[in-house]
Amino acid sequence: MAGNFHHLRIGVLAFQGDVREHILVLEELGAQVVKVRRPDELATVDALVIPGGESSVMDKLVRLFGMQKPLREAIASGLPVFGTCAGLIMMADHIVDAIAEQESLGGLHVDVRRNAFGTQIDSFEVDLDMPGVTSEPVPATFIRAPIVERVGEGVRVISQLADGRIVAVEQGYLLGISFHPEVNGDTRVHEYFLGRVAQSVAEKKASI
Amino acid sequence: MTEKNNAPLTGSNRVKRGLAEQLKGGVIMDVVNAEQARIAEDAGAIAVMALERVPADIRAQGGVARMSDPDLIEGIQAAVKIPVMAKARIGHFVEAQVLAELKVDFIDESEVLSPADYVNHIDKWAFDVPFVCGATNLGEALRRINEGAAMIRSKGEAGTGDVSEATKHIRKINSELRWLSSMAKDELYVAAKELQAPYDLVVEVAAAGKLPVPMFTAGGVATPADAAMMLQLGADGVFVGSGIFKSGDPAARAKAIVKAAAFYDDPKVIVETSRGLGEAMVGINVADIPAPHRLADRGW
Repeated sequence: MAGNFHHLRIGVLAFQGDVREHILVLEELGAQVVKVRRPDELATVDALVIPGGESSVMDKLVRLFGMQKPLREAIASGLPVFGTCAGLIMMADHIVDAIAEQESLGGLHVDVRRNAFGTQIDSFEVDLDMPGVTSEPVPATFIRAPIVERVGEGVRVISQLADGRIVAVEQGYLLGISFHPEVNGDTRVHEYFLGRVAQSVAEKKASI
Repeated sequence: MTEKNNAPLTGSNRVKRGLAEQLKGGVIMDVVNAEQARIAEDAGAIAVMALERVPADIRAQGGVARMSDPDLIEGIQAAVKIPVMAKARIGHFVEAQVLAELKVDFIDESEVLSPADYVNHIDKWAFDVPFVCGATNLGEALRRINEGAAMIRSKGEAGTGDVSEATKHIRKINSELRWLSSMAKDELYVAAKELQAPYDLVVEVAAAGKLPVPMFTAGGVATPADAAMMLQLGADGVFVGSGIFKSGDPAARAKAIVKAAAFYDDPKVIVETSRGLGEAMVGINVADIPAPHRLADRGW
């Protein structure tokens, strides 16, 4: 069922966080992977992964190195983006309980609360169903994780906790999840995303 | 209802190591009050280490150094939204229990404080909070991981501003990792004996070519170039103790070190981050410190 992803060039935003784990999973699936920290690197990729990490630090580095505008433009122009944890926060239109002056890139029409579960002692792992992504439950590791508090127009909820809190959403080619499939070495969510990227690349080719 | 009937699991190895993974590429800064914590957060610290005295002052003032007052730790927790770490003495499992009760995000079982047990380290598996421990070589790192550490911090010589010991320790660990990876399977029994580390962990590390947990570097990092050198040497991130708040312009230096850590492999960025930072911490050459006062020798 694994597709052929060798033609896809996937960027991983590499300022900080679990960049290495994402690269390992993407390479295992056969994609070409490049680290992205500069506009010229961003310009070469078919899709972008924003890793887990500390969203406020990622935001600061994105702005310090002139990447906020290029990233916002890329998202607006339809670049597929997959964010985990801090990556989801970076993609959200609005951050609840943000650090002073923290900005997101936006594009994903959701409100996301950062660090919604408490301190590290409240971090947890659980198996989650992700209908439409994979048929079997995904081991989901939540590390000082965010949750989606409000979904806007065009946003599909992919996964919720038992209490109904939303932890995975999709809007067009944007995929945002609260947890870290990459730290489990589970490839299925990435495989789903690469499938979407392949569709996006095919659509772009068809429209030329 | 899309969740399975399994109960959420807290405090697991994956959850503890998971936080360590998220901190990679970041700079963890020592702070002694809420104001410093806010400066660190504003500058882009990935986490702060809450303590009463930075290592340079512990060194200067002497005496027994212990866990910080809970009021100080809570004051810092209230001031910032990034993870807050705190130090317990080596082997002092009750200080660790106190820090866990305060819900710090990470506990540093640290040689910077006076050891409480000269034989045993803390059994870190007994805690839901992740631990970071210091190491000067691979065997020491593996012993700490065997006790449950979720992150290793190469020790360096804290409170000196002299990066030479940090360099020595990270080079030592990396060279021992390469040595281990080059060994035949039937040589790993003796390797485990020489490293004084558990055989199963030795086999795992020999196959992976790296530690199973992130490895940060600490001890004497004082400039953007120091931080970048540690990352070029293979560290996953850096701890900066006295280097920031013992310098002339802490906010500027903190920001510069964060930038340098993100672009550690680009000398052009390191040039820019090194400009106009004012005075670095004064510093002590490690060679001038008599052996009994070297903190890196604590831990076994």
